[in-house]
Amino acid sequence: MTRPAPLVQDIAAGHDADAARGALVFAAAGCASCHTAPKAEDKTLLAGGMAFASDFGTFYAPNISPGAAGIGGWDLPQFARAVREGVSPEGAHYYPAFPYGSYVRMTDADVADLFAYMQTLPASDRVSQPHDVGFPFNIRRGLGLWKVLYMDRSNVMAESADPMLMRGRYLVEALAHCGECHTPRDGLGGLMRDQWLTGAPNPSGKGEIPGITPAQLDWSEGDLVEYFTSGFTPEYDSAGGSMVAVVENLSKLPVEDRQAIAAYLKALP
Amino acid sequence: MKFANIKSLTVLLTVGAVSTASFAASHESKSSNAAVNARHAQMQMVSYSIGLLGAVAKGEMDYSAEMVSSAAKNLQALARMDKASLWIAGTEQGAVDGSRAKAEIWSDPDGFAATFKQMDDAATALIDAADAGAVGAGMGALGGACKACHEKYRGPKN
Repeated sequence: MTRPAPLVQDIAAGHDADAARGALVFAAAGCASCHTAPKAEDKTLLAGGMAFASDFGTFYAPNISPGAAGIGGWDLPQFARAVREGVSPEGAHYYPAFPYGSYVRMTDADVADLFAYMQTLPASDRVSQPHDVGFPFNIRRGLGLWKVLYMDRSNVMAESADPMLMRGRYLVEALAHCGECHTPRDGLGGLMRDQWLTGAPNPSGKGEIPGITPAQLDWSEGDLVEYFTSGFTPEYDSAGGSMVAVVENLSKLPVEDRQAIAAYLKALP
Repeated sequence: MKFANIKSLTVLLTVGAVSTASFAASHESKSSNAAVNARHAQMQMVSYSIGLLGAVAKGEMDYSAEMVSSAAKNLQALARMDKASLWIAGTEQGAVDGSRAKAEIWSDPDGFAATFKQMDDAATALIDAADAGAVGAGMGALGGACKACHEKYRGPKN
């Protein structure tokens, strides 16, 4: 029951992988925001090393550049399983500090395009460092049980005929993985989907990550799009902390994508 | 299946704290500390002037050379305010209620000063903005300066 998911061999069969489209997937999914070295200027060098503290220990983002110290030599089925199922090529579970619980909803085409784009990035030879996680959480096999409890491939927002809303749903619930920060978690770290995007305590121990449902955020769609583009709030405060990287990423997408995210947020209960 | 003393797992996405968009209320959040309140007031004045420029850029307010240059000059002045009497040691987030100042302000004073210089430069470039389009073009650098400081030196909402 806790065994890692198998490899799927024919990912995106018949799809011509497009690295240019992959660059947009890369921006929306925010890979560089976690996998570049701390304080790195070059946001294409995915050398890893950034630390993520949690109550289970400190996780260090690995090198995922296309070199031997990163994902060099991986094939698309291995990459797809890593990103969407949280399983390494060796068959070990990844910690959900890596948001595969959101990426599980990525399409085959996007995974293939992303993989193609990542091959074009510079290689780093920085050796990934092990996580600093104590017993019993250092038993990776236990993550298989966590996945059984918490991996939920289904979408949160119901299907609708509105293509902009569905594009927003894909961006929010899969690529941009907003729920990973903006949704509260239970005692085992699973997302509480019935309180989707209603906010959560800040993991640093100081302050709160705000809820972004209409009940909590009364911005218009135009306000949201402006924020995703420039970082300015309607009161001309400016995004800070992690949201700076999010705004930088979202500002690289077509404006229709930012509009779609805004439409999704306004459509939440 | 729960362990006896498990605490909530939450995941940090960047080194240090995660920050978010602020509402106007956070600018007005009262502190028992006068220096913190003064800094919040400084930021309220910043947002007032940026708001004027933003309104012109978006066409919500007619372009006026007098208002644009005045707002830009005020931003310049706000960026140049002397720090010693405002950023008092021991007023970081957690040490004083209402503060969102991160410890890096005091451990990395050169980096902190550089973000104010960025704001100064962006404001200076806007003083002679000749029309709404020029104002709009200059807003990008202004936003970049705001984000640069807030990313490293401002903590999450309280």
